[in-house]
Amino acid sequence: MRDDDGCGTPVLVAELRTVDVAEVQAVVARLAIEANHELRADHVAALERGRAAEESPIGREVFDRLLENARVSAAEQIAFCQDTGYAVVFLTIGQDVHFTGGSLAEAIDRGVAQGYRDGYLRASLVRSPVDRVNTGDNTPAMVHYDLVPGSGIELTLLVKGAGCDNMSALRMLTPAAGVEGMRRFVVETIEKAGPSASPPVTVGIGMGGTFDRAAVLAKRALTRNPTGSPSPDPKLAELEAELVEAINATGIGPAGFGGTVTTVAVHVESYPTHIAAFPVAINLDCHSHRVRSVTL
Amino acid sequence: MTASLSLPLEDLASLHAGDSVLLSGTVYTARDAAHARFAEALSAGEPLPFDVEGATIYFVGPTPARPGHVIGSAGPTTASRCDAYSPMLIERGLQAMIGKGRRDQAVKESMATHGCVYFGAIEGTAALLSRCITSAEIVAYEDLGAEAVRRLTIEDFPALVVNDLHGADLYDDGPARWRRA
Repeated sequence: MRDDDGCGTPVLVAELRTVDVAEVQAVVARLAIEANHELRADHVAALERGRAAEESPIGREVFDRLLENARVSAAEQIAFCQDTGYAVVFLTIGQDVHFTGGSLAEAIDRGVAQGYRDGYLRASLVRSPVDRVNTGDNTPAMVHYDLVPGSGIELTLLVKGAGCDNMSALRMLTPAAGVEGMRRFVVETIEKAGPSASPPVTVGIGMGGTFDRAAVLAKRALTRNPTGSPSPDPKLAELEAELVEAINATGIGPAGFGGTVTTVAVHVESYPTHIAAFPVAINLDCHSHRVRSVTL
Repeated sequence: MTASLSLPLEDLASLHAGDSVLLSGTVYTARDAAHARFAEALSAGEPLPFDVEGATIYFVGPTPARPGHVIGSAGPTTASRCDAYSPMLIERGLQAMIGKGRRDQAVKESMATHGCVYFGAIEGTAALLSRCITSAEIVAYEDLGAEAVRRLTIEDFPALVVNDLHGADLYDDGPARWRRA
């Protein structure tokens, strides 16, 4: 749209889109309940592929129970894992969006509190790692904002359990260590995690950027939909397939009881990095993979 | 072959890592925060909130129960976060633990010395497991919320023997069998 500054000079201004933060709050509340009770269909499909590939009888039994658990959870509205997690929100906002009705961050937190209360979900956050007093309503959310051109809004909620987050790792490799060093780091992380990350896991890997960017990329990589779909970059897709092989060769298996399927998906995201650096972050997600996205 | 067993267990030595069992009886829930309070109580010479002799601890912090339900979602949490505390309970007669994930060497040695077994429940099957819990009441530390100590009655609760009295560990033996070089 062209505006006139009053002096006869046309000035380019964008059409602003106005969004009430109450809308964001309602969406977050709804997604928190959905994500904790209904395993995404593509992730159920990934578990079914895992069941078909698993060779160990105990491993197959674990897959059967996981799939049955997902059915019962949705039918009876009982959260499929008692660790209803940290609410991680990826919010991609078009720069022509104007939020009204108060603080966006506070609206997201109100949405989390509402969803966790109404969905009978566990409040699992403490206000400080030191004094460890429960915040009572599972807030604050962990929000990552991205500003992009346009007026769209994409909101993704990842409900992150601690068991698998605790087994995640970040290392500043040297360029000389290269992709081979990264492979070794991935397998080492999976072996160290063993049963504690609740396999079969989804593995999010962030390569490049700086220390902080690698970690956020790894977390975002977990949200790829559908689970197990290859990276659009053929080199990364090849690497993902190799890493799935290497991880499954560990024999850790479903629930760590031994088997041929330890991961159902490896998602790798990469970013430009420094000539002296090769940051690698590995974020693990348990089989209770809880992700929901909407476009507002 | 799945064996149905009542708690307290009568014959610990007959259990072997990898055995599939259905457990019925009384268990007490406790996680990191409750264990820290057990340690404080013991060092102050105070009694624990339940008789640990012959007892079973389930490492779990359930979700809130919906109206009309006994308990919410209730699957096992990572047991290793309680490794620092478990030996002091095992020495006092704790008979069994239910959780997920590996135990450290000190816990395994304490289990072998004093006679205690560790069962693995399948994490992430919390909706299914909650159906095996027929009663739940808070017995201590209500202020800890999900981490309060609860007395649960379980019925045909599925688990696998992870650490037995004979030194076997399913988390070593299972993956070793399926590892490809």
